[in-house]
Amino acid sequence: MMRSLVIADLDKGQLAAATYHVIEAARQLGAPCDLLVVGEGCADAVTRACAIAGIERVLVADDPVYAASLAENLAPLVVAVSAGYSHLLAAAGSVGKDLMPRVAARLGVNQLSEVIGVESSSRFRRPIYAGNAIATVESDDPVKVLTVRQTAFAAVEPRGGDAERVELEQVIEAPSTRLLGEQRAESERPELTSARVVVSGGRGLGSREGFELVYQLADRLEAAVGASRAAVDAGFVANDLQVGQTGKVVAPELYIALGVSGAIQHLAGMKDSKVVVAINKDPDAPIFQVADYGLVADLFEAVPELIEQI
Amino acid sequence: MKVLVPVKRVIDYNVRVRVKSDHSDVDLANVKMAINPFCEIAVEAAVRLREDGKASEVVAVSVGPKVVQEQLRTALAMGADRAIWIETPETPETAGLGPLGIAQLLAALVREEQPGLVLLGKQSIDGDNNQTGQMLAGLLDYPQGTFVSGLELGDEEVEVVREIDGGLQTLALRLPAVVTTDLRLNTPRFIRAPDIMKARRKPIAHTAPEQLGVNPAPGPRTLAVHPPEPRAGGRRVESVGELVEHLRQAQVI
Repeated sequence: MMRSLVIADLDKGQLAAATYHVIEAARQLGAPCDLLVVGEGCADAVTRACAIAGIERVLVADDPVYAASLAENLAPLVVAVSAGYSHLLAAAGSVGKDLMPRVAARLGVNQLSEVIGVESSSRFRRPIYAGNAIATVESDDPVKVLTVRQTAFAAVEPRGGDAERVELEQVIEAPSTRLLGEQRAESERPELTSARVVVSGGRGLGSREGFELVYQLADRLEAAVGASRAAVDAGFVANDLQVGQTGKVVAPELYIALGVSGAIQHLAGMKDSKVVVAINKDPDAPIFQVADYGLVADLFEAVPELIEQI
Repeated sequence: MKVLVPVKRVIDYNVRVRVKSDHSDVDLANVKMAINPFCEIAVEAAVRLREDGKASEVVAVSVGPKVVQEQLRTALAMGADRAIWIETPETPETAGLGPLGIAQLLAALVREEQPGLVLLGKQSIDGDNNQTGQMLAGLLDYPQGTFVSGLELGDEEVEVVREIDGGLQTLALRLPAVVTTDLRLNTPRFIRAPDIMKARRKPIAHTAPEQLGVNPAPGPRTLAVHPPEPRAGGRRVESVGELVEHLRQAQVI
């Protein structure tokens, strides 16, 4: 009997957008689906979770010990509730990537990372070699443990469901790990991985001050801000904005790359975007090969003009 | 304190990957191979800990056929003190091993070697699994610090700064622990000729799965490998006005 459990992704106690995409991947397995909401102060997330169409049960573990989303206690919790499930799924974000291999190891099974396609209950597609190849893989394990690339799946309807709420009594501590602090980037802008429009900046911006152009265009378009690894390494912006194989993978409706050369690692993180625009003064920049619309121009002239015209 | 650093032999970072025409795998024939970049960062971090007097010994380990000794020599040239080669007749992939099987082998080695810290790259650039460190920590029931861009080793704890969605998280992990490295932890040193000479005299011990008492679990089967869907890009516009017109037509602004 097949049954899936999706581990919800939370953002500041709220249900993160990624969760709805992972549920779509679970839905494609064709089995009943439950959701696990684990964290601290997640009553709101639980209410929303119960309303998602197609979710049968919402398992809830709401306790301060889960505040930091540590794999050390989340993994034994997931393992404890895993009996009866054929598939365990989580978003391939920093929590899912940290947690799911540990869950799989404790269950003695393999894990499949960054799944972008469901072909059957045991057969999946996933990118390898920085997205330069797509592997079709099959697992015989009794439980399939997957992380799902959210941009590869549509979001399910957030309404129309009436799931049963199940409180988990068991509380598991993580005595060997202490949270010392978190620095969260505060921003009014949409979240990078779920934004409709992303404006990304590269080394071509020249400086931290130059990068202001990216923010100005993003504000005009109500877009999220991204960056290439070169811009992050040069200190223009913080690492959490990095788009690429080792950073965030995005697939917005519109991706505008400003002064981004288009290294293969960056392309791996954005080439599934619907429309790609590149503005760069170097006509040979590889980004132009993947751009639907390429403009060879000086950023400091073209971008203010663009802001004015839209 | 002993630091164990598992390293992997992978296709060189700068080589363009091609899929074989029969779609069975990527073509690795006559391709330049190297130490996985994230593993190189882990070796660098471990060697710096020993240079700072916080670690006493750095031991590199790799799983695979004889050729993985090249990557162990790289780790030794960077400053690792000794190396351990876990021999399998083929590469982990062709032998059907995945991260779980590798983690099982490493767990057995950790029980023998008893390091205070295991430092690994967060993922290899071939399979892009990002699993081995977490699986190793799970099998050993050790605390884990993944995707680390800051590392402070004490006597009983290691403090790590993790790169997480939306920012940074700082954790203190009680030792022994498993830590996986992200790109920004350090820039690995350049290896000079005298270092390569010195590395030749450092010992590489040999062991094998049977000697470690492990029958590693098979990984998922790869049924086919295809190139990604190509993007039909390359169109140029001449002005900002023309760009805006196209974007309006495409209804994205």
